[in-house]
Amino acid sequence: MTNEFYRLTVNGIDHEVRDAWAGESLMYVLRERLGLPGTKGACEQGECGSCTVLMDGEAVCSCLVMAATAVETHIVTVEGLSNDPTHSTPTDVQQAFIDAGGVQCGFCTPGLVVAVHHLLDRNPQPTELQIKEAISGNICRCTGYGRIFAAIELARDQRNTPPEQPAH
Amino acid sequence: MAQATTTTAKRGERGTLGNSAVRPDGLAKVQGRFAFSSDAWADNMLWGATLRSPHPHARIISIDVSAALAINGVATVITAVDVPGQLTYGLIASDQPVFAKDVVRFAGEPVAAVAADHPETARRALDAIVVQYEVLPALLDAEQAIDGSFAPIHPDGNVIRRQKVVRGDQDFVGEVVVEGTYEVGMQDQAFLGLEAALALPDDDGAGVELYVATQWLHEDQKQIAACLGLPLDRVRLTLGGVGGAFGGREDISLQVHCCLLALATRRPIKMQYGREESFFGHIHRHPASMVMRHHADRDGTLRRVEVRAVFDGGAYASTSSAVLINAVTHMQGPYRCDIATVDGYAVRSNNPPCGAMRGFGVVQACFGHESQMDKLAAACGLSPVDIRLKNAMRTGDRLITGQIVDSVAPVERCIRETAAIPLPPPLAQDADSLDIPGGSGLTAQRSNIRRGVGWGVSIKNLMYSEGFDDYATARCHLADGVATLQFATAEVGQGFVVLAQQIARSVLGVDTVLLEPISTAIGSAGSTSASRQTWMSGGAVDGACRLVRERLFEHVAAAHQLDPLRLAIDGTDIVDTRGSLRIAVADAAPGLVLDETFEHHHRATEELDENGQGNCHVAFAFVAHRAVVDVDPDLGLVKVVQIATAQDVGRVLNPLAALGQVEGGIAQGLGLAVMEEIVLKNGIMRNPSFTDYLLPTALDAPIVVATMIEEPEPQAPLGAKGIGEPPCISVTPAIVAAIRDATGKALTRVPVRAQDIVFGD
Repeated sequence: MTNEFYRLTVNGIDHEVRDAWAGESLMYVLRERLGLPGTKGACEQGECGSCTVLMDGEAVCSCLVMAATAVETHIVTVEGLSNDPTHSTPTDVQQAFIDAGGVQCGFCTPGLVVAVHHLLDRNPQPTELQIKEAISGNICRCTGYGRIFAAIELARDQRNTPPEQPAH
Repeated sequence: MAQATTTTAKRGERGTLGNSAVRPDGLAKVQGRFAFSSDAWADNMLWGATLRSPHPHARIISIDVSAALAINGVATVITAVDVPGQLTYGLIASDQPVFAKDVVRFAGEPVAAVAADHPETARRALDAIVVQYEVLPALLDAEQAIDGSFAPIHPDGNVIRRQKVVRGDQDFVGEVVVEGTYEVGMQDQAFLGLEAALALPDDDGAGVELYVATQWLHEDQKQIAACLGLPLDRVRLTLGGVGGAFGGREDISLQVHCCLLALATRRPIKMQYGREESFFGHIHRHPASMVMRHHADRDGTLRRVEVRAVFDGGAYASTSSAVLINAVTHMQGPYRCDIATVDGYAVRSNNPPCGAMRGFGVVQACFGHESQMDKLAAACGLSPVDIRLKNAMRTGDRLITGQIVDSVAPVERCIRETAAIPLPPPLAQDADSLDIPGGSGLTAQRSNIRRGVGWGVSIKNLMYSEGFDDYATARCHLADGVATLQFATAEVGQGFVVLAQQIARSVLGVDTVLLEPISTAIGSAGSTSASRQTWMSGGAVDGACRLVRERLFEHVAAAHQLDPLRLAIDGTDIVDTRGSLRIAVADAAPGLVLDETFEHHHRATEELDENGQGNCHVAFAFVAHRAVVDVDPDLGLVKVVQIATAQDVGRVLNPLAALGQVEGGIAQGLGLAVMEEIVLKNGIMRNPSFTDYLLPTALDAPIVVATMIEEPEPQAPLGAKGIGEPPCISVTPAIVAAIRDATGKALTRVPVRAQDIVFGD
């Protein structure tokens, strides 16, 4: 343990991390020190994707990132995806997961939701195969992926449907 | 306080039975706000961790914890001598030590536990505990447990259970006889949400509150209280959010350890396993071997099954005896068969303990009987579909136990409707490498790829068997048009929380249905297993809501001088079926508070006699699967292209949730067919990680085309059968049959490995 501290910028908010052991993963610090337990851990090896967060816009497994190396980056977790300031309104992807039945136990869901935002933000019209490839690093044990594919396609199609123009 | 919110209605639906109502926990889950048991947290809490045996069989000479206790931040270290109550636990037999005392019986068995201020401190403390072992020879071959050549490794002996099923003319020899030996590997449930709990000691140190991810709160409570030496009411359990279960949370894992540490330190204790420890900490699907001989008439009519089945239960009994009877009583499959000679063993060994996993013994039996049906078909010159149609069980037929199958039994329809699903188009010449066997890494040669089609059909019992009354309890409270439900039914992901709301909306005509926390504050709901909660807890919620509705009707009828039997719910109104009264449920009885509790019991079952005869099961569900695979026979690579299925569900209560169960089960059956196996070497797991234990990913998922066969089950409270287990049972043999079709290889074990395809017979 040390008296030093470092800063992490998570969901637009600056956090001081004090008295932390230098070996702590970003996943551990988010969950246990910063009060952001939405990021899940299920393998500690970067195999399951449950701990996916965005680091400067890149999807990373936060279990494989040492928290102290994440200083001076912008981290976005599942709690910070929504644009509204309180993050209380679900994003289109989150709503699509609910509507399409993509959630069962829900343990893989936060990581998947982050991965799907990462996908759609870079490629607004992914093909079926591109969707499968993009989430092949996120393991789901409950759904067999069928309703997850449906959720992603729903979110994709909604983004690509122009909103109805209000009458002037 | 009731916590869950109401469900969002969709497209004008009210979220009643039959609607794809949306889960009440869905919003919290997608936003990362849903509290899984691993998210539980308390002020001043310590972290617990477990020391485990590195040996499959060894005598403990000494345990020295002094160096661990000396580490700054370590609060306590406990071992077997610190267990105040019963030293062992278990679901059926109490044969598993809380901590190994004199001897360890499997690699991974708990020996000690520590509590410390940081997970890393706890890990260092575990490293500092010195245990001296005298390594003993390990019993690793199930046959040695049976033949008596190995001294008992446990006071209860090396055979956990032997059960025969003997029926009909034991000298019968069929015109056509086919034989085979089949093996099933050890599969892991691999739920994503790792074992985790938070224990809070009572101020007086004589009680504890536990937040835990489990499948059966009341059974945990009973086993924990016995080990703690506390009365039941001093051990209070609340369900922590559960990240999947699939059978792997039916047994105790860290529950007792966590409570012991909390009572020893008088501080909150959080325990959570990592993935490797999870492989050690819960039971697995039994590896099994089956020698089978099927007899038939020349026209393919099945006449006799002979089976010798051996299930390796590992070091402790868990549910091995129940898994075994499920296997031996389902050995004929969903087919009529008058004569049976089945001899089954569940044995003890120094391998890791095995117990419940989705399908519970029937998965193993089904791989055997479906492989045999294909052999019979070939021997009789029939197609895989025709031999199954010819022998398909119907309502009124008998099992090999003599029990009459009085459940709806649409086996023929399951097969025909599966066959009616169009086959996928042939592999495109320009298919992306991600779509062919091996994917983008080790990619098959396109010119080498062969397509195969295979079939599997299964029967699965629902609920518990052999005389066990696995009842379920639920409570319904109604005031001013708002219903509140309470039950101890473990929500593990399957969606009982939304089903319960749907039932209340349908029965009571309310829109807002709140859910109390799931805890031991109400009577048992039984286990979330055996495809039983829709039937059992669904029946309990339905019963409680109906009792409340009866009281409500009495009240409304009295106010309007009507016979309450004339009243009915229509949408959100109470209506007089023979008059003009129509009044909204919400306005029907201002200020009236109704509160009713109901226990649902299924009909009684019997134990099997020594010949395996008796009405031991409650009810049955059926399903057919057809698999289409692409295989590169030279590289041994398989891509499962499509699974077609028609499943006997009784009645679909939530179409989206039902489809999710079917697709999810199929993925797990695919895992057993071609990917998933815990590899043991000398009793030690070689692959306890997600790097080495391979699970199906999005790129492995086949196209699933599913038809739900809706023939309401008269015995079932809601007409609906359990749907959780059947999807994962016959899909495994269907996939293997498809690989055989593509390659001509015998493939007698699952998972099928590349070397079995390349070098097998």
